[in-house]
Amino acid sequence: MPLQQKIFAISISILLFILIIDLVRRRMLREEYSWLWLLTGAVIIVLASWYELLMSITTLIGIVLPTSTLFFFGLLFLMIISLYYSTKISSLYDRVKDVSQEVAILKMEVSRLIDRGSKSDEP
Amino acid sequence: MNLEHRALSEHRKVIIVIPAHNEERNLPSLLESIRKKISEVDILVIDDGSTDRTARVAEKSGALVATLPFNMGYGAALQTGFKFALMKRYQYVVQMDADGQHDPGSIQALLDEIGKEDVDVVIGSRFLGNKERYKASFVRRTGIYIFGKIASIITGQSSTDPTSGFQALNRDALRFYASPYYPVDYPDADVIIMLHRAGLRIREIPVTMHTRKEGKSMHSGLKPLYYIFKMFLSMFVTLLRNDRFVRRVEKKEG
Repeated sequence: MPLQQKIFAISISILLFILIIDLVRRRMLREEYSWLWLLTGAVIIVLASWYELLMSITTLIGIVLPTSTLFFFGLLFLMIISLYYSTKISSLYDRVKDVSQEVAILKMEVSRLIDRGSKSDEP
Repeated sequence: MNLEHRALSEHRKVIIVIPAHNEERNLPSLLESIRKKISEVDILVIDDGSTDRTARVAEKSGALVATLPFNMGYGAALQTGFKFALMKRYQYVVQMDADGQHDPGSIQALLDEIGKEDVDVVIGSRFLGNKERYKASFVRRTGIYIFGKIASIITGQSSTDPTSGFQALNRDALRFYASPYYPVDYPDADVIIMLHRAGLRIREIPVTMHTRKEGKSMHSGLKPLYYIFKMFLSMFVTLLRNDRFVRRVEKKEG
């Protein structure tokens, strides 16, 4: 793998790494969601800097160019991340649903209580 | 308007749950005819984030009204009613649509059937021994037919109208409908399979349904396609699932 490619891949991954850590530091990204991103960055750094490992993986899964291996893993992680988010969205949807159903019921109960209170206040 | 005069804890044995989304034109006549046909019931309208005056119109007609903070869809609105009914310990629940498709004259028949206490869910079928031909789009009719057949095969009992939202439930069924097992997007034929697997007893009786009067159906545009896809997927994974909702039979609640 040419040196430029290596430098490019590693520097992009390091930038990504720093960005994620900074987002967590500024509380804009929860730790819970940062780990997959950090893992992605870390794997790209390792693969780009450790040429022998990259080559052996490349031949192992039958890819011709080592750069394709990098792209492949990048893409794979992106897919995993979106899938992970889909499951999060699904569970968030369930919670929003439960909360809004309860809000609707409680709102009705409260207004009925208030109605009853104002009725019994009258002589 | 005698609802407010009674204490919050006191109520009748039966509640009718009606999810409504922008149904201000259909609701008043529907509520009035329910009241005319059957007196000893509470009526709960769930306003599913309507942009018209659905909630006000329903309140004026003397119904209880729960308003969802935003539009959540038919199933989620319906489940709100089930949760309320479960919380308030209603003995029987009737669910029906707000658009006037479900004839209030059939409510008593559903209640009579569920009152026999040998069944947990009574489904009102528009096809069972009915004279009036129900008009629906080709996709919808085909969907109803195919999913009815699949549900029949899996549950081992005839299911002519699995999409019917005109049902009566007892408390065992209510507990299932209010649980997280209940699929809130397009509850349909898959519910019948889930009910069956939960050990709940289902029965169909003929009811009268009309073709809808006002407003837009929720089955329009590309939705029938999504509906078919969702139904196949949902029925398939329901059969794969191991976790089962277990019906409680031992003790009756007072």
